[in-house]
Amino acid sequence: MVVQALAFYLFAIIAVISAAMVVTVRNPVHSVLFLILTFFNAAGLFVLLGAEFLAMLLVVVYVGAIAVLFMFVVMMLDINFVEMREGFLNYLPIGVLVAAVLFVELAFVGGGWVMTDAKMAAIAQPVPAGVGNVNALGMLLYTDYAYIFQAAGLVLLTAMIGAIVLTLRHREGVRRQNISQQVQRQRAETLEIKKVPVGRGI
Amino acid sequence: MEIGLAHYLTVAAILFTLGIFGIFMNRKNVIIIMMSIELMLLAVNINFVAFSSFLGDLVGQVFTIFVLTVAAAEAAIGLAILVVYFRNRGTIAVEDINMMKG
Repeated sequence: MVVQALAFYLFAIIAVISAAMVVTVRNPVHSVLFLILTFFNAAGLFVLLGAEFLAMLLVVVYVGAIAVLFMFVVMMLDINFVEMREGFLNYLPIGVLVAAVLFVELAFVGGGWVMTDAKMAAIAQPVPAGVGNVNALGMLLYTDYAYIFQAAGLVLLTAMIGAIVLTLRHREGVRRQNISQQVQRQRAETLEIKKVPVGRGI
Repeated sequence: MEIGLAHYLTVAAILFTLGIFGIFMNRKNVIIIMMSIELMLLAVNINFVAFSSFLGDLVGQVFTIFVLTVAAAEAAIGLAILVVYFRNRGTIAVEDINMMKG
């Protein structure tokens, strides 16, 4: 129990500190790296909660895909980030105020929440006993939630097509392969047979 | 030393607040704003998983998978729009994004 509590505080404190660094450091590259650290520690929290599959998913999807995508964009765009930081301190009072108000609201909501028998009765899918987390999630995801699962796949497909359509550009003056043109080539338009007399050449 | 639901909810609330704070502080940098949105989605996910674990209901974890999906799609599309915008205008400053006169 003590080990679990220590692990929780370790993960939670590092996650909160690195999340604070994400929004305050000057260099966006460092910002992305702190974002990755936050995701790793959140994955640790998920493991403590017994959601191993989601922890691995967080590492794979967030760290492996989203954070790397951010890193690509930050490094690809040639932007003067020092200029972008202007006015950071001007927004400090209003930012702290809004954040404090929101945190107090969240604390009220969380503090006022109580578990009742009616809420216990409303549990839709109890965790099955004797089955691992990945197994239980799979049994649920591919049966009761199969249609929503397919819809999630469609969302990803739409996002992929959208990202490709947005960023694809045809530059002028670049030679490209035209496969249908190559396939439709006739012998008559490319090949000419010449009779060459022996000893005289063309 | 017993770690309960309230501990996880507190961490999630702090992360969410930091996300809001980041949006307000980095008003000019779209990339940091998108990272703040990712932080807020992460806080939501922590809430889902914490409730799912402490109530013994798996639906929270299933929903977290869908939140992850939407977050990935949002990041991809957002960054694509950002790249196209930078290609056209040469800047990503938020206050310059006014071509649609919204």
